[in-house]
Order: sequence, then C-alpha cells, then structure tokens
Amino acid sequence: MFRESSIIRWRNYNDRYKLIGYKCDQCGKTYFEKKGLCTCGSLTFDEIEFSGKGKIVTYTKVHSGAEAFQEQAPFCVAIIDLDEGARITAQLTDCDYEDLKIGMEVEAVLRKFYKSGEKGVIHYGTKFTPKF
Amino acid sequence: MAGIIGWGAYIPKYRITAETIAKVNNDSAPAIKSGLGLTEKSVPGKDEDTVTISTNAARNALLRADINRKEIGAVYIGSESHPYAVKPSSSIVAEALDIGNQYMAVDTEFACKAGSATIQINAGLVDSKMINYGLSIGSDTSQAEPGNALEYSAAAGGAAFIIGKNEEAIATLDYTCSFTSDTPDFWRRAMQPYPSHAGRFTGEPAYMKHVIGATELILEKSKMKISDFKYVVFHMPNGKFPLIVAKKFGVTNEQIEPGLIVKKIGNTYSGSSLLGLSCVLDIAKPGDKILMTSYGSGSGSDSFIFTCTKKIADAQKKARTTDDYVNRKKYLEYPEYAKHMATIH
Amino acid sequence: MKVGVLGIGITKFGEIWDKGLRELLLDAQLLALKDAKIEAKQIDALYTGNMCGDSLSGQLHVGAMAAENLNLDKASIRVEGACASGSLALREGVLAIESGQADIVMVNGVEKMTDVSTEQVTTALMGAGDEELEGFNGLTFPGLYALLAKAYMTKYSKLTRDLLAEVSVKNHFHGARNSYAQFKSEITIDTVKNATMVADPLTLFDCSPITDGAASIILASEKTAKAMKSQVYITGSGLANDSLSLARRSSLTSIPAGAVAAQRAYSQAKIKVDDINFAEVHDCFSIAEILAVEALGLAKPGEAYKLYENKDTYFDGAHPVNTSGGLKACGHPIGATGVKQAIEAVEQLRGHAKNRQVKDAKIGVTHNVGGSGATVCVHVFKGE
Repeated sequence: MFRESSIIRWRNYNDRYKLIGYKCDQCGKTYFEKKGLCTCGSLTFDEIEFSGKGKIVTYTKVHSGAEAFQEQAPFCVAIIDLDEGARITAQLTDCDYEDLKIGMEVEAVLRKFYKSGEKGVIHYGTKFTPKF
Repeated sequence: MAGIIGWGAYIPKYRITAETIAKVNNDSAPAIKSGLGLTEKSVPGKDEDTVTISTNAARNALLRADINRKEIGAVYIGSESHPYAVKPSSSIVAEALDIGNQYMAVDTEFACKAGSATIQINAGLVDSKMINYGLSIGSDTSQAEPGNALEYSAAAGGAAFIIGKNEEAIATLDYTCSFTSDTPDFWRRAMQPYPSHAGRFTGEPAYMKHVIGATELILEKSKMKISDFKYVVFHMPNGKFPLIVAKKFGVTNEQIEPGLIVKKIGNTYSGSSLLGLSCVLDIAKPGDKILMTSYGSGSGSDSFIFTCTKKIADAQKKARTTDDYVNRKKYLEYPEYAKHMATIH
Repeated sequence: MKVGVLGIGITKFGEIWDKGLRELLLDAQLLALKDAKIEAKQIDALYTGNMCGDSLSGQLHVGAMAAENLNLDKASIRVEGACASGSLALREGVLAIESGQADIVMVNGVEKMTDVSTEQVTTALMGAGDEELEGFNGLTFPGLYALLAKAYMTKYSKLTRDLLAEVSVKNHFHGARNSYAQFKSEITIDTVKNATMVADPLTLFDCSPITDGAASIILASEKTAKAMKSQVYITGSGLANDSLSLARRSSLTSIPAGAVAAQRAYSQAKIKVDDINFAEVHDCFSIAEILAVEALGLAKPGEAYKLYENKDTYFDGAHPVNTSGGLKACGHPIGATGVKQAIEAVEQLRGHAKNRQVKDAKIGVTHNVGGSGATVCVHVFKGE
C-alpha cells in the first residue's frame, strides 16, 4: 500500500538521494536524515555536506525480504558511522558478505532500492560499498 | 568556444567473459573473441540502472570541476536504457547531485550517440551565454537479446562531462560537427525489450560511412591532420570497427589504443565513445589534442576536437580514473548474470 | 500498587485455519469469563491489544469488536504498541483500576496472521520499526535483531553460536510441556544451526513463528479480588520507550528501554532482582532473550551466556525463563503475546503449570518488547 506510493518517498528525497545532512547548531550532533528535536533538545540545524565515507558498526545479510525487496534478496544491511559523525542504517552493495567486518571502511553510492510493482515508480537512495 | 571543466566515469563491478556466454549459446569462444575484438563485458549490479550509473559518474565529474554545483544550468542524459519511458532520468540525477532547481533538463536518445550530442547542446548553451555550466552524460545498461551476437558486447557504464567556458576548461572544445542520415541499421521499437539490427548492414553503409563522414568533415573544417592528435577515439560497438576506421585514416596504435576501452568492458552504448574520451583525459598532458567521433545508429556521428589545458593535471588527481573502475571487477557465471539482467528472478 | 487477577483464558496458538480475528478473540474472552466465574455485564472496561488487524485482516476497531462480542456497551479500546500491544493493554487495564474508573476490567490480546503470505506479514511487522529509516532500506525484523546479534556477539564473544541456539532448544523443551503451544517438539542445537538462514546469524529456528491466537485476562481492584479469593496480584508495571530505529539508540549490544522499564516495575513492586522466581520474556528471536535477561538484571551485561551454559533457564533451574515455551515455541500472535505472558505468570503462581511448574513460585515478571526495543513493558506478578 504505502510502498506503492510515489509521494511518500518524494517528501524525503533530501535524505534519500543527497549526501546532505543536519548538524545541531547547539550541540553539534550530526544526523543524515531529518530529526525533529536533537537529543539535546534543540530544534535548529545547519546543513552539512557529508563525504559519503564511513565505517561499519554492525551488519547482517537478509535472506528473505519484505514484499517489495524480495527480488533483490539476499542483500546486506549495516549500521554505519559516517566520518562526520552521523549514524545511519543502509544497505551494503557490491560486496561479498564473507568479506565484511565491523570497522570496515565504506562509501556512499546512489542505487535503486525497490520498484513499486511493474507499473509503479522506481525508488532510489543511498547505499554503501566497501571502499576500493 | 566552450570546453570541458570536469569529467567522471563509472563502470559497474561485475563482468562476464565471452567464454561464459559462448558456452551457453553454443558459440565458439575463440571465433567470437577474434570476430568482435573483445574478451569480456561489464554487467550492472541488480540495483544499478542508467540513473545510478549517471549519478555516480557525475559525482566524479563534480569532484574534478572546481565549481559551485548550483551554477549548473542544464542537465542532459543520453541513453538507450532510461529506466522510464515517461519521467526523466535527468531530473533524478540532478536532484541527487543537489544542483538546485534552476536548470534545463531533458533525456536524449539517438542510439549510441545520445550522450555525445548533449556535449554539443551544452557547448551551444554555454557559448550563447544561456548557462554557465551544463552537465552532459552518456550512460547505459545496454540491452541485448539472450543468444544474439549483441549479448557478447552489450555492457553497462557511463561518463559525465561538465561543460563550461573556455577559460576555465581542462580541455577546450575547438571544433565539433555532425554527419547524419536515415539509415535503418539498428533500432528498438517502443515497448520492445531488446534492439534489432540488420546484421552486416551495420558496418559499411552505417558505422563506417558516418564515422568516416564526420571525421573527414571535422578535419576539413579544422584544417588539421590525423598526426596532429595525441589521442583518437571512435565509437566502439566492438573491438574491430574502430580499428578499421583508424586504419583508413592512418591512425597509429599509440593514438587509438588508450581510448579503446571496449576491449576491457564491452560496448556501453551511449557511454562508449564518452568512456573512451574519459580514458584519454585521465592520462592526457597539457597541449595534447584529442579527436573523438561517436556513432549512433539510425544514423549519425558527432565529431569533436579538444585541446587539453594546464588545468588537466590537477583535475586528474581529484577523482577515480576510468581504469580504477575497469580494474575493479567480479566475474559472474551465466545464471548470476541472468539474474543481474533480470532475465530470470 | 495491587491489582488482582480474577481469571484467564487462552486459545490454542498456531495455524488456526477455521477461526478469524473475531472468533479467536471471542474464544479467549469466554474462557476468561468462565475461569473468573463472573458474568460479562460485571466488566466495566475492556482493553484489547492488537497490532495487525488492519494490515493483515482489513479490520480495525478491534476495541468495539471486543465489546460487541460480549454484548457490552462498556468502554472498550484497542491498544497498539507493536509486539508490546498485549502488555500495553494490560497496563491500561491496571491503570483504569488504579485510577478508580473501573473495578473489573477485561484485557485481551489477539492476532490473526496466517491468512496472508509470509512476505506480507514481514512487511506488516516492519511497521514496528522505522519505516523511513529502516523499512525503506529493506530491513526486516529478523534483520534488525541480526544487527543486534552481530554487534553483541562481536563484543561478547563468549555467547557462541551454540549457546545462542540453547535459547531455542530450552524454549522448545518448555513448549513441549505446554498444551496450547504452537510447537510441542523438542529440538537440538543442530536443528537450530542447520536450519535455513533468515538473517545472518539468525536461522529459522532462532525466530519466533507466524501465529494465530488470542488471550484474555480479567483484572479487579484489590478489594474485589480479595473478596473473590484471587491468588495472584499485579504489583508493578513499568513502561519505557526509546527511538524507533536502532541507529538512533545509545547501545547496539543491549535494549536500554528494557532495563529502564524493569527498574520502574521493580521499584513500584518493591522487589529486588533476587526476589524473582521466574520470568516470561520477549524472545521474538533467540538474541532477544539474551538481551531480555540482561535488561531484567538476571545476568550482568555480556554474561547471559552463563545462564545457558548452566541450563539455569529451564523450569527447574535457578532462573526459569519462558516456561510457556516463549514466543519461539509457544508462538507469537503479536497482540496476544503480552497477555499470554501474564497468563503463564498466573498459571505458575497458581501452581497450575503441571510438568513445567516452577517450584515455590511466588514472584514472576513478564517482559514484552515492541519493535526492536522502542517500547518495553515489564510487569511484576505476586502469588498469595
């Protein structure tokens, strides 16, 4: 239902496509995706540009996916600490699961996430690949 | 005239060898390899398409160009594999590059020369002062019907060029011209998944006639000789055709070889001649002159003459080279390849 | 705080092909009324935990359905907090009685999950995570817990693959001794290790199943409960929340909200960890039980493996955990799970748990998690 929507993701293209994030103007904490209130309570953020480089904090290989992702399964997913401080969840692509390690350096690439069926829109976003 | 401010390549990680495909198609691998002049081709990841390849190539081009990206006033992407029939690839790529909203954009199609044509368009816009910078991209996840001869060469990859004023260029665009006619050598009808071609007719009256036509025209206009060029790039549908044209013009091995990327990754359709250009920009020195002629079936060729400036040496170091991508590879067996090409799920 | 338990009712958990959401709910409600020996009209309010009525059955408004089932016009509300929906409904029931608004409350939990494909269930359950930050990346619930397992087992390498499998082995052992459990077969470590990989390192046997089922419990004020000779009381209820997404948590090797909820419940019940005789915890995945026993304080951070090395968590061990079979073997009908945990606590404290009875059980806790730890609700039960 919602994964067929072209609109639900459009609202967040800034967080999906770009290497642009948010830095709290009070405590300096950085976020890749928009956040209402910073953990320090501040509501105001400056825009920052990420290099797209980071390190794996934890990772897994998902063998059976939800409906929209089933055709891509199996795929690797990780939680990543970006060099500029933000921690994000993202798929890893162009990698062999056996080669992955916690602490491994990765970098951002734009990739397809899923299609809303045969007629719906194609959803793009940021994934990470091992640094080469 | 305008010039190239920054360039960038992107080639997917995956490869399949001619041997692997030949085994499935009951073809003779040695005959294929010598007939087509290539040994393997690049294959897109399951999550890659023209939009993602274009974006990743354009990010490399931006790394090399010392500009404010919001000043890019036009984004044009040439491809035979735009993911949508209706909805532009160019606006998705522009959004991902965060260039703002004040840009002209359109997706182009002219078989394999849809990308090179966008360099002419952007050069015109820069020269007429309608824009400061324009982004030109040629990129494809090339289609080929399983079992068809095209399957050995149809590859994935792309290159992006930021076009701007002559004074800022890493390579100035000195001349460009085109040679075009209605020639039914290769086509893909609407709603058809794979292209069709007219066999040997794609050679002499199609590729050769137009590549030679455009190249002769630009030499005449520029009053230059082949020996004036450090590098020469002709569109590469396979490893043979560009060498036939090279021989006719007396192009030496030293001039053609550096851009002959088809031998390593196959024919990336709209990305083919542009990736060849990217290869030579990666290694060119200030003062080097480059001749490039593209070819698009149906049919036409765009010819270009560039001269590298002092700025090129610095720009070369700022992003990954085409070869960095050529050398990053993982070979696939045919069943995995079929999954990547979505012929099986 | 003291709220009495008058009665309990639970359906068989599993693939209940011939019953829908409404029938499952009704069966549990009627069993609870019978056990409590009261009439429906004595109920002042109803709270029903349900997560996926809308996404899997096209049925919202389960609160009204619960009242209608018993021909009541009393206040009746559906409570949703993902996999913690059942315990949140229980907490609402406790609060209604504590506030004096109600004297007798019926708390239900129900989920009908087997009418649709596994992929559709996977999609629906992912609603418990952060759709924008996690679901969009293709993450599934096994995937989220696998991320926690990988982080935990890297930091605390003494939790080996075999010891992690012990969680499922023990829960199947208990399930085999529970008449309403979905799986009544005992398994071995090899069963777990050799099963299909779902999200590395979690195999199919590290994961709780897709289950239909319903559970009901009837609560009353201390005064009414005493008058009706109730043997079991709820003496503490603790609830804590955290970020929906894992990436925004303060820890990836624990569930911080679990420890907070436990402390809140213990302090309300005026108990210490050592007073606990048994625990029903949220083992949606084997790693989740490890994180749960540490959150409850039954083991120090990184030391839960010892309980499994020593087989302490069996019903006759030093720290019995999930005598019902847990979510793994008893089954995990999402909205019903929190209520089922309460029912197992009541059975143990009443001394009715038969061949899985914990000896001299006086105090038990239930621990129910929503999502990957965004909601954790802990209750303390006392037998008298």
